[in-house]
Amino acid sequence: MTLAFDALRSAWRNPRGRTGALVLLIVAVAAVIGPWLLPDPLAQPDILRAGRPPGLGHPFGTDQLSRDVLSRVATGARISLGVAFLAVALSVTLGAAVGVVSGYWGGAVDATLMRIVDGALAIPRLFILLLVLAVWERVPVLALIVLIGGTGWFATSRVVRGEVLRIREEGYVRAAEALGARRRRIIFRHMIPNALGPLLVAATLGVGDVILLEAGLSFLGLGIQPPTPSWGGMILDSRDVMVSAPWAGIFPGLAIVVTVLSSNLFGEALRDAVDPRSA
Amino acid sequence: MTRVLEVNNLRVSFPGTGHTRFYPVDGVSFSLERGEMLALVGESGCGKSLTSLALLQLIPPPGRIEGGSTIRLGDTDVLTLKGEALRRIRGRRVGMIFQDPMTSLNPVFTVEAQVIEGILAHFKISKAEARDRALQLLREVGIPDPADRLKAYPHQLSGGMRQRVMIAIALSAEPEILVADEPTTALDVTVQAQILEVLDGLRTRRGMAVLLITHDLGIVAGRADRVAVMYAGQIVEEAATARLFANPSHPYTQGLFASVPRITGPLKRLNPIRGSVPAPAAWPTGCRFRPRCPQAFDRSETEPPLIPVEPDHRMRCWLAEDPNTSRSLFLDS
Repeated sequence: MTLAFDALRSAWRNPRGRTGALVLLIVAVAAVIGPWLLPDPLAQPDILRAGRPPGLGHPFGTDQLSRDVLSRVATGARISLGVAFLAVALSVTLGAAVGVVSGYWGGAVDATLMRIVDGALAIPRLFILLLVLAVWERVPVLALIVLIGGTGWFATSRVVRGEVLRIREEGYVRAAEALGARRRRIIFRHMIPNALGPLLVAATLGVGDVILLEAGLSFLGLGIQPPTPSWGGMILDSRDVMVSAPWAGIFPGLAIVVTVLSSNLFGEALRDAVDPRSA
Repeated sequence: MTRVLEVNNLRVSFPGTGHTRFYPVDGVSFSLERGEMLALVGESGCGKSLTSLALLQLIPPPGRIEGGSTIRLGDTDVLTLKGEALRRIRGRRVGMIFQDPMTSLNPVFTVEAQVIEGILAHFKISKAEARDRALQLLREVGIPDPADRLKAYPHQLSGGMRQRVMIAIALSAEPEILVADEPTTALDVTVQAQILEVLDGLRTRRGMAVLLITHDLGIVAGRADRVAVMYAGQIVEEAATARLFANPSHPYTQGLFASVPRITGPLKRLNPIRGSVPAPAAWPTGCRFRPRCPQAFDRSETEPPLIPVEPDHRMRCWLAEDPNTSRSLFLDS
């Protein structure tokens, strides 16, 4: 595991990487504990407290339904990060599995899988998702995760396949084969740990992508359904009060920007650590 | 003596241009007795490494072993094995070590994990027992502080230590044959000697048969029992080591000896073999050494078989049939 560990450590030493990681950590902590400390965003609406500007009681103000924007942003972080992490975990697993199978077995299996991936990459991901979500009303969060994760592994599988092709020629794989190691063992002990660096990069950069994607879908009303707060959905709701209560849209927007930016910063620092040439 | 390995008419082919195939290993036969060390000597590209990989069906695709080849490990016919049966003999009957100890160890695991891997691939024992065996193995190959070394990662070890670890791994399933493919090429000369010492010790203590693959005649002398010289995919001369060194008979072998610098006697210009090894896709017809051979004559246009020169000494050259014409042009010059 040292290779992946080294990459993480080196990304941590990089100032941009560290900033990204720290901010991401803060957002994650806010997502986990925030909703407990802050007022319940689903509390009984109080029309007199609607549309308040940021102030002492409500640091981010309240929206047109008197809900505390800060506490909605924090709860939204739960949804956004949760969806992003789970969807990325799914897509990275799928990508790794397909990549390993393709690269290790080679031949017709490889050709078939990679042509499928080529085809899938030619269709924009958003287009596939819009198509499904447009006909599926009130999609459950779990289904959304599966859909996003299931459409995000194509590029990863290519990267992993390339790594496997490289590792397959390494001396230690040849030595393990000569030793009579089982195929499963060669894949899990030799291939995957050595391909972990690029996989980690794909995962970290993927988190930012998925947050943007989910926010976009929710903004279009196709992703997370109200009343569950999500950043994209909050911006959608705030359109009506853009002038009278701009904070209702600005803060979730900022949350998206900050989170995506920091996950990309960390992802790029990781990439530099794994592959210094692309720096 | 028990014969542990018998290779007969081994041919390995790769696809060439169009529908042709070419044969980097073309009709190699040899055998190995228990406790014997056979050195397979030859230049790069002569087919010696492919020969060793073929022993365990490790030829990378699209290469393949041709029909008509046989490889027998004791009473096992290797070339009929597939899948799980094949996996079971890899490491268990034949252990292999490779040229480059830098890349033959997985950088992300400790030495312990990698030695244990070989043990657990073949024996149903607990991790703790496997760990004990790993410790013994490291001790056996002469690694100081074996308990500490078990916890080390490959990059924390020197080249010589890594090669010792590789040997320990190859020994982990207690094979009766050890194939060492250029085990010392990547190492310092002093470390080379130590590694060869380790191999020699295994042979005497465990009665292991060793197939030593090398391009270096120097490390063969005094260690191997027999030497087989390979050229262009074939064995061109085979003899007991002492006989071969006393009386190198094939013009190619003579050329090899003439191109090794000597530390005794008058300083002379080295006498290299002219030309270079032909490509496997274009082995010459007739005797394969003919285009480079200073002693080629009319009969060289037909391919010679292995012909006895003296007892326990054969070569693939027509000169063997007429001892009078077998002058050592290289050595006399």
